[in-house]
Amino acid sequence: MELKRVVVTGLGALTPIGNTVGDFWDGLSKGKNGCGPITKFDAEKFRTRFACELKDFKVEDYINPKEARKMDPFTQYAVVASDEAIADAGFDMETLNKNKVGVIWGSGIGGLKTFEDEMIYFGQGDGTPKINPFFIPKMIADSSSGQISIRNRFRGPNYVTVSACSSANNAIIDAFNYIRTGRIHVCVTGGSEAPVTIASVGGFTAMHAMSTRNDDPATACRPYDVDRDGFVVGEGAGALILEEYEHAKARGAKIYAELIGGGFSSDAHHITAPHPEGYGALLSMLDALEDAGIKPEEVDYINTHGTSTPIGDPQEIKAIVDCFGEHAYKMSISSTKSMTGHLLGGAGAVEAVASVLAIQHQFVPPTINIFNRDPEIDQRIDLTENKGKSRKIDIALSNGFGFGGHNATVIFRKL
Amino acid sequence: MSDIAEKVKSIIVEKLGVEASEVTPEASFTNDLGADSLDTVELIMEFEKEFSVSIPDDQAENIQTVGQAIAYLENAK
Repeated sequence: MELKRVVVTGLGALTPIGNTVGDFWDGLSKGKNGCGPITKFDAEKFRTRFACELKDFKVEDYINPKEARKMDPFTQYAVVASDEAIADAGFDMETLNKNKVGVIWGSGIGGLKTFEDEMIYFGQGDGTPKINPFFIPKMIADSSSGQISIRNRFRGPNYVTVSACSSANNAIIDAFNYIRTGRIHVCVTGGSEAPVTIASVGGFTAMHAMSTRNDDPATACRPYDVDRDGFVVGEGAGALILEEYEHAKARGAKIYAELIGGGFSSDAHHITAPHPEGYGALLSMLDALEDAGIKPEEVDYINTHGTSTPIGDPQEIKAIVDCFGEHAYKMSISSTKSMTGHLLGGAGAVEAVASVLAIQHQFVPPTINIFNRDPEIDQRIDLTENKGKSRKIDIALSNGFGFGGHNATVIFRKL
Repeated sequence: MSDIAEKVKSIIVEKLGVEASEVTPEASFTNDLGADSLDTVELIMEFEKEFSVSIPDDQAENIQTVGQAIAYLENAK
């Protein structure tokens, strides 16, 4: 069976460094920090009291309050970012065959805030379960893809992938597969997360996974720095419109890039710790390269998973060196999480958008907050330290790894 | 209009996202005010919370208009 080609024809971004694709790229290219003290709840007694929250985001500017009330924040973000991407794609909604448009979204957790609020309310009562009827439909992770579908009347495949911090990459790959096998023409994909909540921040700090640099949040997320001390949680969404190439050409669509490969693997090692030799990460990248049918030497830029944890960062770099050999030293590499924080199930989506924009602008966004580069990290790797730069980018690769040992990699090419 | 009627009206305006002028005594939650089955359940729960009453399911089924809600809650007080 001959596979069809798949291109990106629309982008959406709602992130801690910009609420639109334009502002997101402006922040990324200039090395903007998205981190600050937590405002969403009283974090005074928490070990970590900062996060990458959205700035100046008012949901009522985007969604009718009656509808917004029935959505958890992670779904609101999904709707806002996908609205931007769908508008950007410029479909003629009258002629678009909506039965052949899917919505495949990623979220690591789903409606955690909704769950918390309802259970706190229950805990304050006398044991009578006065549960709000919207509790379940707001909380479940797939309400995000469901709401996008309802809003746009897209009637193709509709579901959410859950693989922690590789969720969005898995969603993108699933969307890719449905389009290239000819099952659908278009898919709205991406991911979102709203994890600045007491359970999430409390839970991740209990694991000692998060940075505790409370005296200087702006530099807390510092991938590859010797003093990195954990990830910084972020909220928001990224959205991409994937479209079959001939379908896009026929309607004269603007094409950002081609999605040429998706790879995945499992560490099969530990529920939270990455494989110490980066074996799962290596397998995922090799699988993606094979799927794309390209040689390792063709990759120009890698947007790493790079979360700023002591264990995770070096194993990914080791996997990159194992995968690319000498070419690893000729590529540009950066972790844009240094600016956006870690959007968990939404991370892969925001980073796929960043990778596509890097190709469009032929510009590598930086890894900010590297003050003293970790001597344990291969010194010949170009981490795009602190300042972005122009360079030829024909092919960009983006990694996402999640608790559970899930790894997923996507590869985009300039068209 | 009674205090109860005022409160009932404001709950409906907030939860269903409708204009106050639409919330007439005859207005049906589902037929006139755009409520679905979940909205209706939520409305009943809000009435219970606001007025500190317990509305059994078999009686909740009979509260389908604004006027029926006001009458029920005035009697319950």
